[in-house]
Amino acid sequence: MAHKFFPKEEFLLKGHAACPGCGAALVLRHVLKALGARTILVIPASCSSVIAGPFPKSSYSVPVLHIAFAASAAAASGIVEALDKLGEKTFNVVVWAGDGGTADIGIQALSGAAERGHDIIYICYDNEAYMNTGIQKSGLTPYKAWTTTTPRGNPSFKKDMPGIMVSHRIPYVATISPAYPNDIVSKIRKAAKIRGLKYIHAHIPCPPGWRFDSSLTVRIARLAVLSGVWILYEYENGVFRLTGPSRKLVDKSKRKPIGEYLKLQGRFRHLSERDVEELQKLVDERWEAIRKDIMGENA
Amino acid sequence: MKRMVLSGNYAAAYAVKAAKPHVVSAYPITPQTTVIEKISEFVEKGELDAKVIRVESEHSAMASVIGAAAVGARVYTATSSQGLLYMYEMCWWAAGARLPIVMGVVTRAIAPPWSIWTDHSDILTLRDSGWIIMFAASAQEVYDMTLQAYRIAEEQCVSLPVAVAWDAFVVSHTYEPVDILDDEEAKDFIRPREEKSLIDFEDPGSLGNLTYPDTYQEMRYDISRAMDNALSIIRDIDEEFGKKFGRKYGGLVEKYLCGDADYIIFLVGAAGGDARVATNILRRQGVKVGICRIRSIKPFPYKEIIDVCSRAKAIAVLDRSSVFGGKGPLAVNIRAALHESGINIPVLEVVGGLGGRDISVEDFLEIFRLVIKGKKGLIWWGLKGGE
Amino acid sequence: MSKVKVPVARPVIGAAGKTGIWRVSRPVVDYSRCTLCGICWLYCPDSVVEISEDKKRVVIDYDYCKGCGICSVECPFNAIKMVREEVR
Repeated sequence: MAHKFFPKEEFLLKGHAACPGCGAALVLRHVLKALGARTILVIPASCSSVIAGPFPKSSYSVPVLHIAFAASAAAASGIVEALDKLGEKTFNVVVWAGDGGTADIGIQALSGAAERGHDIIYICYDNEAYMNTGIQKSGLTPYKAWTTTTPRGNPSFKKDMPGIMVSHRIPYVATISPAYPNDIVSKIRKAAKIRGLKYIHAHIPCPPGWRFDSSLTVRIARLAVLSGVWILYEYENGVFRLTGPSRKLVDKSKRKPIGEYLKLQGRFRHLSERDVEELQKLVDERWEAIRKDIMGENA
Repeated sequence: MKRMVLSGNYAAAYAVKAAKPHVVSAYPITPQTTVIEKISEFVEKGELDAKVIRVESEHSAMASVIGAAAVGARVYTATSSQGLLYMYEMCWWAAGARLPIVMGVVTRAIAPPWSIWTDHSDILTLRDSGWIIMFAASAQEVYDMTLQAYRIAEEQCVSLPVAVAWDAFVVSHTYEPVDILDDEEAKDFIRPREEKSLIDFEDPGSLGNLTYPDTYQEMRYDISRAMDNALSIIRDIDEEFGKKFGRKYGGLVEKYLCGDADYIIFLVGAAGGDARVATNILRRQGVKVGICRIRSIKPFPYKEIIDVCSRAKAIAVLDRSSVFGGKGPLAVNIRAALHESGINIPVLEVVGGLGGRDISVEDFLEIFRLVIKGKKGLIWWGLKGGE
Repeated sequence: MSKVKVPVARPVIGAAGKTGIWRVSRPVVDYSRCTLCGICWLYCPDSVVEISEDKKRVVIDYDYCKGCGICSVECPFNAIKMVREEVR
C-alpha cells in the first residue's frame, strides 16, 4: 500500500541515465515527490549532471540550473533573492550536490549561503567518493575504504559534514537514507516549511563505486542504519533528535555488528579483522557521544 | 540631467541605480570596493530596491548573479584583478548560459608581485569567454557605458554578459563632473528586462545540460553570431544615447583626429587622455597624428580599425597588459585586421604602463616619433635599464 | 538579426533513451504471491514500477527498467524473480 501514502507524481522521469540500482536516483525521486512541482533544482558537477540525460532532453521535470562544481550554494542564493524580488511566493530552491561538491570544492559557497541564511534546502547526496569521475577519494570517503586514489584504503577520516553545518547555527540539519522513504519525506517536508538554509545529508550506496550488486542498494543502506554506521537524526534549532530506527540504537546490543554492513561491499574487502574492530570501535565511540548528549552528560 | 562630482566607481554605482537591478552581488577587492559600498548605501537608504548579496568570494559573486539572471532578474557585480581570475570559471558559465549579466571591472595588475594599480591583463583574460568587453576612459563614460551595457546585454539578438572596464585609480578614484540621468530619462532609455525566465513551473526547463559532440559546437557558434550581432547593437545604442542625452563616443572605437592622420596610436582606456595632449602638441607642429581608442575589445572592431588605417602611413599599438611569448592582445588583432585588408604599413607594438606605471604626454610624443621614423616590431616601453 | 537560442532542455521520458536495453536480468512478478504492498514501487530508482489500480496489478515498464533487482531483493513476499534476459 506504500504507493497510496506517497505522492504519485514522478518528477524523476523514467529513462534517466543513472546506473542500475542508483541510490541517488532513488532519494532524488522521493525528494521531488515530497516537494512537488514548484521546486527548482541547482545541480553542480556530479552524477546527477549526467543522470539528466543529454540536451535537449532532461529526465528532471522541474526547472534545473546546472552549475559549476563549486558554485551551487551561491547560485541558489542568487535564485532565492531574485525570485523574492520578482514577487514569486511559494517555491523551493533545492541544491542537489554530491559529497565532493559539498564537503570539498563546494564547502566555501555552502558555508557562505548558510551564514547568510538564504532560504535553501541544501541536500548532500553522499556516495562517499567522486563516483562520476571514477571513484576517487573525497572528504566524505570513510576511513579505510578503497577508492581508485586510495588503493590501500583511505587513511583519513570522513568529515562530519552535518556537524559542520550545525556549527553554522542554521535552523535545520538532518540525515536521511534511501532505505527509509518515510523519514525522507517527513524531513524534506519539514525543511520546506522552515525559513533559512536547511542542510540534509543523504547516505547514498553506489553499486559501481562501493563494489556491490545493484540489487543490494536498499539492503546496504538499511544495514548502514541498523549497524549504526549511518545515524538518522535531525537538529531542529540546535536541538538534537534521533529519528526512525536510529532511536532504538543507543543501546549497543540493539545494533548489528558493522561487519554485516562491510562484508557486502568490495570497497572494504581488503580489511583485516583488526581493521573491522577499529571501525566498530569508531562507530561505538560516536554512539557513546550521542548517548552522553542525550543524557546531558556532555553539557 | 543633473551634474554631480563623482569618482569613476561612484559613477558606476549611480548608473546601476538608474538601471534598477534586482540583485547585486559582490566580494570586496581594491580598487572595486567603493562601487559596491555606494550601491549598498543606495539600497540601505531605500533609494534602490535591490537585494545585495554579500558573498564569500568572487566565484560565488558570479555564481549568484548567474542564478538570479537565470530566473529573470537584472543583476550587477563588480570586481578587479585577482577577483576576476577567481571568478573566471563562472564567467564562462555566464556567457555559455546566455545570461545578460553586467559586471564592472576596475582593471588592476595581477600578482605576484602585489600591485593594486591599473593594467589590463585582468580584463583581457575574458576575451575568449563569450563576454562583451567595453572599456571606458572617464567617470562620465563609466556611467554612460554601464547603462548602455544593460541594453546591449539584454538585446534579444545578443543575450550575452557585458563587462565594462575602467582603469584603477586614474578613473576609479578620480573625481570629475558627471551628468546623471534623472529618473524619467533613465526610464526612457532602459526598460525592465523582458526575457522569459528559466523558471516556469508549468513548462520547466533545464539550463546547462550535458551535450554530446553533436550539439555543443552549434551552441558555441550561436555565441559567435551573437557577438557579431553586438557590433551594430553597440553602435546603435551609442547613437541612441547620443541623440537622447547629447553624449556619444563613436561606438566601437573613439577616433581623435584620425580622419587625415598619417600616424596613429591605438590604445585602450584612460591613457587616451595624455595621448590626446601629445597629439595636440604634434598637430600644432603640423604633424598629422591621431589617436584611436578602442572601446569594444570584444567584439573586436575589425572594420573600424581597417577604416582608420586605410590612409595611415604607420601606426603604434599600446598593449597595457603582460605579453609573454607572443604578441599583445590588441597588437595581434590589429595586425590581423591590416593583413586581411591588404594594408601593409609599419606597426610598432608597445607594451607598457604595467602595474600602474604612468605613460605620460612625453612618452606618447616619443612613441609618435618612433612611429614617424617607421620603427616596427615589439618594444617594452620605459624599461628601467633598457631592454 | 536572429533571436538568441538559449539552450534550455525539456523534460521527457527516456532522456537517456530506452534504458531497458541496459538490462541483464528482468524482474518477473509472481502474481500469486503479490499483495500489491507497493514496496517495489517505493524502492524503484528508475520510476518504472506502476501499480495499476483497475487491473490490481504491478506493471513494470520494461522499456525503461534497467533490471537492477532492488524490487526483487526488497519484496517482502518473494514475489519478484530476476530472470536472465536472452541475448538480443
